[in-house]
Amino acid sequence: MERLRRKSQYIFLLLANAYWLFPWRSPIYQGPFKKICFPGLNCYSCPAATMSCPLGAFQNFMATLRPGVQTMQIHPGAYVLGSLGLIGSVAGRMPCGWICPFGLLQKWLFALPVPKLSFWRPLRRGPYAFLIIFVILLPLLVVDSSGYGSVWFCKYVCPAGTLEAGLPLLCLDQGLRRAAGWLFAYKFILLILLLIWCTFTSRPFCRAICPIGAIYGLFNKVSWLQLHFHPDRCVQCRACLSICPSDISFYNGLDDMNSATCIRCLRCFSVCPSNAVSLEFGPVRQHVSKAVNT
Amino acid sequence: MKRYLPLFTTIAFIALLVLGIRSGEVPVVWHKAITICLSCIGIG
Repeated sequence: MERLRRKSQYIFLLLANAYWLFPWRSPIYQGPFKKICFPGLNCYSCPAATMSCPLGAFQNFMATLRPGVQTMQIHPGAYVLGSLGLIGSVAGRMPCGWICPFGLLQKWLFALPVPKLSFWRPLRRGPYAFLIIFVILLPLLVVDSSGYGSVWFCKYVCPAGTLEAGLPLLCLDQGLRRAAGWLFAYKFILLILLLIWCTFTSRPFCRAICPIGAIYGLFNKVSWLQLHFHPDRCVQCRACLSICPSDISFYNGLDDMNSATCIRCLRCFSVCPSNAVSLEFGPVRQHVSKAVNT
Repeated sequence: MKRYLPLFTTIAFIALLVLGIRSGEVPVVWHKAITICLSCIGIG
């Protein structure tokens, strides 16, 4: 299962960043695949990006909603929400664990041999705060004289934009290098701090910041894919907790295993020696045992 | 009824997706995605 997940993460990393003609042709891909929202965090201004970032696209819809109302061209971002909701309703937060390139980067950094720190649990509310404030309210409410808002999360928070788009484009374009000022410096420092945090703590961006994860997380309890814990089979070995990237402690009843923080990596399902974790998929509750899947 | 909640949720979001496509949101997404977002890269 873990090998399959690793393959999936690498395949989607390559699929999402498959345009390697940027040094010779257009600085970013401009083809038809950019109409599709990538189901993870991958900046669409990255020179190699082949698909759209759902977060950037949705913020743009929020930022232009008020002028749209005046001209009766109302676009509330139904396409983006529909795309994310469709995936979320089937798999919950599974794209975070199986697809997202930024999740993969966090996994690599956490594998570095440095002392590890536990995640401060109140920060679990962070993704919802960023979603509501930076992705919805600020782009919608803080507008210029023409009525247009700004993409606040992309502009002031998103580390993927700095890493995947800002740094490569500044390397490629002298004009952009000259234009970089305090905002880029601030975002660069923010990126460095986050990358350092990722070496000490497991997936801090997913758990404390990511608004896409917050949206997917809302579906964890109602998605087709459900995890089930069977306490009668549990031998209290804590293998599930030790391997969980989100530190979800379901074996002792402290957390719900389908809570919004679960990124559905399914490592607990793979590692459990007593088959105390099982999977269900679909409205027709078909039980999937570990023996069938490994 | 609760048993079919995942199915209803999926249908609802497929409907939302279709609504977005029919209302012309796809070209808007594409247009934004094919130009360099200066805010995203920390310039604008």
